[in-house]
Amino acid sequence: MRSLNPPGEHDRDRVREAARVPDKASEAAGLWHTRWRAQLVFGVAVLVPVLALFASLRFVPMFQTFRFSLYDWALGAPTGRFIGLANFGALLADDAFRDAFWNTLVFCAGTTLPTLALSLALAELLNRRIARPTYYEMLFFVPVVLSLVPVSIVWKWIYEPKYGLLNYLLSLVGISPRAWLFDPQLVMPAIIVMSIWKGIGFYLVIFTAGLRNIPRDYFDAACIDGASWWSAFRFVTLPLLRPMLLFALVWASIQNLNVFTQVYVMTLSYGSAGTFGRPVQVLVLDIYNNAFRYFRLGYASAEAAILFLTVLVISVIQLRLLRERA
Amino acid sequence: MKPAFRLADVSAQVATHLLLVLSVAVMILPLVWMVLTSFKPPVEVNIWPPRLLPQQWTLENYTLAFQRAPLVRFLVNSAIISVVGTVAILLTSAAAGYVFAKYDFPGKEVIFIAILATIMIPLEAYIVPFFTQVARWRLMDTLVGLVLPNLIASSGIFFMRQHILSIPDALLDAARIDGASEFYIFGRIILPLSSSALSALGIFMFMFIWTAFLWPLMITNSTQVMTMELGLTFFQSMFTIEYGPMMAASTIAVLPMLIVFVILRRRVIESIAMTGLRG
Repeated sequence: MRSLNPPGEHDRDRVREAARVPDKASEAAGLWHTRWRAQLVFGVAVLVPVLALFASLRFVPMFQTFRFSLYDWALGAPTGRFIGLANFGALLADDAFRDAFWNTLVFCAGTTLPTLALSLALAELLNRRIARPTYYEMLFFVPVVLSLVPVSIVWKWIYEPKYGLLNYLLSLVGISPRAWLFDPQLVMPAIIVMSIWKGIGFYLVIFTAGLRNIPRDYFDAACIDGASWWSAFRFVTLPLLRPMLLFALVWASIQNLNVFTQVYVMTLSYGSAGTFGRPVQVLVLDIYNNAFRYFRLGYASAEAAILFLTVLVISVIQLRLLRERA
Repeated sequence: MKPAFRLADVSAQVATHLLLVLSVAVMILPLVWMVLTSFKPPVEVNIWPPRLLPQQWTLENYTLAFQRAPLVRFLVNSAIISVVGTVAILLTSAAAGYVFAKYDFPGKEVIFIAILATIMIPLEAYIVPFFTQVARWRLMDTLVGLVLPNLIASSGIFFMRQHILSIPDALLDAARIDGASEFYIFGRIILPLSSSALSALGIFMFMFIWTAFLWPLMITNSTQVMTMELGLTFFQSMFTIEYGPMMAASTIAVLPMLIVFVILRRRVIESIAMTGLRG
């Protein structure tokens, strides 16, 4: 502590203070030492188990995915034969894989973009000065709460060709019935529609919270300046919502690249999934089939490695956008 | 200040509400359809044109569903793995989050970044070696094996660290000077001050674990350890086209989460909003 008083005054105080310094220092050093020890004990007690779990449940299996992908290895066999990149070469020539990869990208884009657009539009509607917006928010959230398997079963029943609700509703406006889940042209859109329905509420809540954080004044100012609804949305809402939009984009893309449950359940027929579902054969389903139906451990790992890299590349690109613009 | 009454405002309000009510109806219809179908006798399930309300309400589908599949067992299993997984994630995330937020040690950055790097990688991408590893540990077809992927979450550690960073150091130092141990500080200062973040993370993780499907599908064989999600699929392959009992079983499957949501509705919404704002 330095005193700003001119020398001469409070001399006695200063001397006393100076005399106390070594005491304080040693006290502080003692305190620092015990604290350091206490933190060491606690830190080790926390980090050792957490890192052990991370190593065994995350890092090792991730590394093994890439290692296995270089082997010709049957599931259950003690070891495999090293074949370099041959699995990847075989994958590129494999129609089932190419279909699955393409279908996954189509599903991901086809689900992510409409889900985000619709939930943003609904959030914008809720953000107008309407009464009771939270009631709507909760009702929209209900499909998020319902778990995916029961929901897939219900939609399967709605899409049912003979007695399904959808065909009935469409018949009211003169559209003839379709076999939604059996028609190779329609099965992907049908599953996409169901997935959009399931996801909207989640992103709606995130966007609504984001919109609520934007001060009203901004909109009022835009309004006074004579901005149209569109330009207020474009130049006020969108830039201020960017962090949430990008979080939603990354999260939804990862979720949708890993689509599996609804495809498995909705194309599950007479005990075997995906047999008539070739038009919606997605990457995770193909990995599952290769590993557990054909027992091709190495091949399935190579496919998983491609999924791994796809997820990584897509999320890194999206995060770059986040960092650049934010 | 708005003028008290303007016709244009009122009609805009009415139009907005109309649009919203219509969208809500579409969102809720599948749930309503499921519940109502579950109370219909078989003759009313497969009829054309379909009717929304059952003409004769029956519990037949429910008794059938409970007879043919151990639904209670499935529910208990789902509850066990979701609760255990959520508690484990909360504990590991809060403790590791505290260490990463408030401690200084060599290599901290590197370790934290290594953990953070896995945030984007979903289980599906490394599930095959994960499976062989769990098989090697002889945890196939066990509840322990089921809960294993959900003991830690890098997103949880990141989320808790962000929150704990906002707790002032002075508070912790004051406790230390008063002789509080680190365990005491963690249990009595960090955890209570993080209650909102913890409940947000908890709700999110509980929902996430409850709906897990691929992993249970891979490692369970016996109905004894099946979760509700998996049990329902198993059940579906037994019934194929009998939608009545299937809707009953599905209704039972969604009921626990629906009840939790109805009770904690505000908290659930706030939690999801918080993960979005913080994430």
